[in-house]
Amino acid sequence: MSSEQLVFYGFSAILIFAATMVITRRNPVHSALFLVLAFFSSAGIWILAEAEFLAIALVLVYVGAVMVLFLFVVMMLDIDLATIRAGMIRYLPIGIITAVVMLVSLWMVVGPEHFGLDKYAAPARHAADYNNTAELGRVLYTVYVYPFEIAAVILLVAIIAAISLTMRRRTDTKFQDPSQQVTVKKADRLRVVKMESEEKMELK
Amino acid sequence: MIALSDYLILGAILFSLSVAGIFINRKNVIILLMCVELMLLAVNINFIAFSHFLGDTAGQVFVFFILTVAAAEAAIGLAILVVLFRKRRDINVDSLDVLKG
Repeated sequence: MSSEQLVFYGFSAILIFAATMVITRRNPVHSALFLVLAFFSSAGIWILAEAEFLAIALVLVYVGAVMVLFLFVVMMLDIDLATIRAGMIRYLPIGIITAVVMLVSLWMVVGPEHFGLDKYAAPARHAADYNNTAELGRVLYTVYVYPFEIAAVILLVAIIAAISLTMRRRTDTKFQDPSQQVTVKKADRLRVVKMESEEKMELK
Repeated sequence: MIALSDYLILGAILFSLSVAGIFINRKNVIILLMCVELMLLAVNINFIAFSHFLGDTAGQVFVFFILTVAAAEAAIGLAILVVLFRKRRDINVDSLDVLKG
């Protein structure tokens, strides 16, 4: 077995193990951590397929941002695990049957007889000075520049949607409004009362 | 040498696992979102493999866009989840019947 195969099958085994753990763990925190392992091992496979920039982007964006977001939400919500896992055994057989049928039919389409090495020969490795990031950037900023801008707009919409969904004004909290504080006038706070002065009392 | 079919079969296994995960975790919205992320990962592996074997960078550009959309989807999905939890105090899918669907 060549070292290339060793790396591929090693990362694949870790990836499949982690994916199985994600869907079978009872605790959502464990699922999220195994999902991190799945993303790491698939980043290794992507590096093997010479997609270095995307592998690093996967680690940074997914492990660094999305999975931390998942963990935050899991730990912020107080989830009752017992009721959530009640139907797990009941739906296990149909889940396995669906997965196996799907896998067999996909295998018949993408198996070695259609996409084997004799049909698609393994491409030659790029030279050491090949820069995947520069190559990807060159395509992204020329041919795909409009989709790139649309992707930026999608992220902006996602930011606005997430903030506007989760922001709430609680009516029962006490808070200071600085703008009201600095624009206050003398008349708002001070009341000058006109009243008769006291009669001078005579000392006896 | 690694054949193209090896990458594609790995993607197929990952996709089938996440479909099974959606079936057996059908009460927990958080795990459902994680299964969707796994599905997108499987699709991305296919894109990367074809990009590598056909020598075309376009596949990697599409993975880039899928990553963008998946990040947006996770952010909005989790925001909806937080709002749901604030209203119903649980995240059971069965309690999502306010729209009487």
